[in-house]
Amino acid sequence: MGSNTTIVGDFNQMTLDDKLSTIKYEPDINSHLNPDFEQCKTCKSKICNKICPAGVYEWLEDEKKLLVKYENCLECGACRIACEKKCINWEYPKGTKGVIFKRG
Amino acid sequence: MSENLNSENKTEVIVVGGGPAGISCAVTLARAGHQVVLIERGKFAGAKNMFGGAIYAQPTREIFPDFEKTAPLERKNVTHKYAILGEKDGTVIEYTNKSEDPVSYTVVRGKFDRWMAEEAKKEGVILVEETVVKELIVENEAVVGVRTELEDFYANIVVVADGVNSLLAKQIGLRGDIETKDVAVSVKEVYKLSKEKINDRFHLNDEEGCIYELFGGSMLNKLGLGFIYTNKDSVSIGLGITLNEFENDDTKPYEYLDKLKKHPLIEPLIKDGELLEYSAHLIPEGGFNKIPTLCGAGVMVVGDAAMLVNNLHWEGTNLAMMSGKLAGETAVVALSKNDFSENSLNRYAEELEKTFVIKDLKTYRDLMDIAHSRKNSFFGYYLKKINSFFEMFTSVNSVPKRTLYWNFIKSLFKDRGIKELFKDLWAVIQLLWGILIK
Repeated sequence: MGSNTTIVGDFNQMTLDDKLSTIKYEPDINSHLNPDFEQCKTCKSKICNKICPAGVYEWLEDEKKLLVKYENCLECGACRIACEKKCINWEYPKGTKGVIFKRG
Repeated sequence: MSENLNSENKTEVIVVGGGPAGISCAVTLARAGHQVVLIERGKFAGAKNMFGGAIYAQPTREIFPDFEKTAPLERKNVTHKYAILGEKDGTVIEYTNKSEDPVSYTVVRGKFDRWMAEEAKKEGVILVEETVVKELIVENEAVVGVRTELEDFYANIVVVADGVNSLLAKQIGLRGDIETKDVAVSVKEVYKLSKEKINDRFHLNDEEGCIYELFGGSMLNKLGLGFIYTNKDSVSIGLGITLNEFENDDTKPYEYLDKLKKHPLIEPLIKDGELLEYSAHLIPEGGFNKIPTLCGAGVMVVGDAAMLVNNLHWEGTNLAMMSGKLAGETAVVALSKNDFSENSLNRYAEELEKTFVIKDLKTYRDLMDIAHSRKNSFFGYYLKKINSFFEMFTSVNSVPKRTLYWNFIKSLFKDRGIKELFKDLWAVIQLLWGILIK
């Protein structure tokens, strides 16, 4: 307990990155999540930023660009359904890629 | 995969998705002597799946009669606790039954689904893992096969068991887009704790399990519920919140869970646990009114893909298994007649209607509409009031009891207009009418 790799239940200290570090992934080199970035520029709610349980989406206001950290995706589909522009081309990662839950 | 099929890449039935629905369907067909290919996109069956979770004993026995002897089960659930949480306090109702015949077992899907798939394989199912079906192949308005990343494969019947997002059912127009109010996002964390600590904290003997249903707390006034399940040497805690709740709120799914874990009633249960895995998944919540068209020419839809979840009773895997089994039996009949028309496969929808699956969803058909419209009452106001009642009842402050009672009764009307109280009562009557009579 207390080493860098274990996360003991001090919930005040736990970040999303800590949580994600417990998950096994086989990341692909290409994103399986492809929003239409032009439409993102006029999106009001940016709901993908708050609905994603893995924090995949981050709107960069300075660059007016949506950052997509697809390698963290848990493949739940929340963003696809909630996107107000319905502009996320959402696919499953390739058969050998993506998340591997051991205790789902 | 090709080596298992004939030269035209054709088999009798393809099942897309190796969860409880798909596996139940495939094994039913294999037992009847048919050639069935089960395609799973994960590294193994269960790798992409997540639930609370417990599987139900009786429905599982219908698919795997002896599963209790060899399946990887965590604990048999003997205790159900319903915790009504205020901001800082809580009221818990407990039901315990330590009889020999448990209703449910906790499992982890990465082990249990994998076990089911391996059992199905032993019975003749051709299991193909790590393969994504990109789309269904449609010819002359009938589904005739699947297109994977590498190859096309053909079958007389394709069973769509690809889960809550069911891109395939949508592709062929059996359902439209899912609305945010018809699906919940669920996050779960599994904490490692010693068997002894779990037994002590949840008042269990070895092998016995406890399920907590959590109302309110960090989800007060939100359409969401939390859960705790005990595994052998870990505890799963999580929650599910309807997607449309996030439209007017900046709290993220895992932040609701973080806050829930800090609730004074919850924190001691998982204290000092080591986080083993975080996960997330969607839960279908549309109920009866959002069940898609269940079959078309050459195709049937089962399990989560067909929205078959009874969210009040937290049943899903059992509905999945039953739907998979009935789709499998229908495929057997269709193969014997060599008729794969929509008419022929509609037997599946008809049979499903005769079972608890559709009957239960019909019983609760108004539940979600009422829950959405009265959520501030039933997911907020009354949860707090239950706790303030017990706060009053247990208080010892030299105030006469009659005064306390009347203050509480007055507060019911002061905090909430008579009109709202009547609306709540009407909602309850509607709900009971729907459940018991309509």
